[in-house]
Amino acid sequence: MSGHSYDSANYWKANLRLIIGSLIIWALVSYGFAILLRPMLAGIAIGGTDLGFWFAQQGSILTFIALIFHYAWRMNKIDEKFGVHEE
Amino acid sequence: MSQFAVNLIFVGGSFLLYILIAIWAKAGSTKDFYVAGGGVHPITNGMAIGADWMSAASFISMAGLIAAGGYANSTFLMGWTGGYVLLAMLLAPYLRKFGKFTVPEFIGDRFYSKSARLVAVVCLIVASVTYVIGQMAGAGVAFSRFLEVDATMGLIIAAIVVFVYAVLGGMKGITYTQVAQYCVLIIAYTIPAVFISLQLTGNPVPPLGLFSTHADSGLPLLEKLNQIITDLGFNSYTDDVDNKLNMVLFTLSLMIGTAGLPHVIIRFFTVPKVADARWSAGWALVFIALLYLTAPAVASMARLNLMTTIYPDGTAAAPIEYDERPSWVREWEVTGLIQYEDKNNDGRIQLYNDTDAFKAEAESRGWNGNELVVNRDILVLANPEIANLPSWVIGLIAAGGLAAALSTAAGLLLAISSAISHDLIKGAINPNITDKGELLAARISMAVAIVVATYLGANPPGFAAQVVALAFGIAAASLFPALMMGIFSKRVNNTGAISGMLAGLTFTLVYIFVYKGWLFIPGTNNLEDIPANWILGISPLSIGAVGALINFAIAFGISSVTEQPPKEIQELVESVRYPRGASGAVDH
Repeated sequence: MSGHSYDSANYWKANLRLIIGSLIIWALVSYGFAILLRPMLAGIAIGGTDLGFWFAQQGSILTFIALIFHYAWRMNKIDEKFGVHEE
Repeated sequence: MSQFAVNLIFVGGSFLLYILIAIWAKAGSTKDFYVAGGGVHPITNGMAIGADWMSAASFISMAGLIAAGGYANSTFLMGWTGGYVLLAMLLAPYLRKFGKFTVPEFIGDRFYSKSARLVAVVCLIVASVTYVIGQMAGAGVAFSRFLEVDATMGLIIAAIVVFVYAVLGGMKGITYTQVAQYCVLIIAYTIPAVFISLQLTGNPVPPLGLFSTHADSGLPLLEKLNQIITDLGFNSYTDDVDNKLNMVLFTLSLMIGTAGLPHVIIRFFTVPKVADARWSAGWALVFIALLYLTAPAVASMARLNLMTTIYPDGTAAAPIEYDERPSWVREWEVTGLIQYEDKNNDGRIQLYNDTDAFKAEAESRGWNGNELVVNRDILVLANPEIANLPSWVIGLIAAGGLAAALSTAAGLLLAISSAISHDLIKGAINPNITDKGELLAARISMAVAIVVATYLGANPPGFAAQVVALAFGIAAASLFPALMMGIFSKRVNNTGAISGMLAGLTFTLVYIFVYKGWLFIPGTNNLEDIPANWILGISPLSIGAVGALINFAIAFGISSVTEQPPKEIQELVESVRYPRGASGAVDH
């Protein structure tokens, strides 16, 4: 696959940026809000418990879904912008 | 109609459906057999991944684990879903672009080494075989409970059904039966949950019911549950945990392990395009989340139902008389999964946490020990009976539990058989084998794998309960880092990758064996498996994430002091990063 005309270095950088941003949110909602930062969210009551518990049992899963669809959608745009999308 | 006849109709009907699909989707080539021809729609694939992924453990055991552990066991919910984010961004699209048939094949090509491919084959087989034992055993249990046949007999029936559609149809047959199995299992799981949520909270959506008001008491459901169980000496359901490091590492191990399990990864080889691999990871998680968002609601509601059944007049009043126990308790007593012993001879059922802290209170009430032992695996299976649902819902649950076990077993068996026929036979022993010969070899490997899995399912080794930890530990510590480095680094070479895999694997296995016994043989553990003995409080179940870190560190360290990978390998890495030109899995 040598000799491609597109800007491969910047395409890869754009992908890495998007992945890193997504994984920061991925870690924040699960390891952060649901586990390590739970005591800080203890003041926010929700349904007989606190926000950290909600993130542990529902919020993180919903965020994961949003992250994957956002990534797929953004990557399609980036693929097209750099002309590496599939025919 | 008797319950037995209803169960038979549901289970038999679902099996007939799977076999008809298998005949329709017969595999004609190795490409059909390994990757379903490479033309599966991303939403279809997402649904198939859902069934592939959700095993007997997800369907039957997970709600019970959460019911018992409360907040602390949220790790399973996050761990078994968060891995899909890693798959979607770090592995699936690039492996799809690589466009071949198996996980060891990528590792062998990328690290230009037959030894690397062989190490990957061994990791894959150990992880998948240990995992499949649990599925077969689970199918046997479901058969014996719902169809009143002997567990071994049930296992053999299950094996024959899997044999028909997996050997005949390969990945193609498995994909379309998994779609049907997903529908069966999700309907079976959600219907009882909706009714229970309605009964307890008036809200028909279980995940919303979980955070709603308990209709009888007017308190939030979780607050009511906390009140009842803490009155009886149990830990609060929603309380925070002390050992956060272990909770983080356990969740991380499950996530990395999920992303590294070969039977899930190969499902992404079946879609037509790289973009489809990304979308189908999202769809997979949507379909998985339908069950995973329902499970914690089922967990807390079933626990609350159990407690209010035993203490109908509140925890301060006397518990229920044994002779007045509801019929579902009677039925499950027959299976031995609910056990009652009247320790203080008062004819009532005392259910409480038998600890020193609660001893004074228990004695003051004339209690002489906890009298009811409920196996946590029955919560989901007994749900329809607890909620007084009609008999067809019970039949549906039986078919759903079997669908969950069989779909995962089939996916695992395909991963095993393709590693043997494609990586060992074609890759190492006989590279000149024809497509027809390889297809035959794949079918024979599949048949042998089913026989071995059935035998092990009927005679589970003593370590059956520990195998999930082993499968996730291996996938996390060996396969995931090797795959990720193969894509994201051009610098990691064959020596680095093999050393990394072996170091991660050895470290993880040794840490597990030190606490769980060498090869899980009871009595051979060097240290007792209690938190006080764990290094930094890290449980052997959480060690896979540390093994993965060691794998990364060793691979980078050794690669940086040894030679660059050859130019054509660096070009291979370059090519998997760009979607263009991914049409169809490459034959070679």
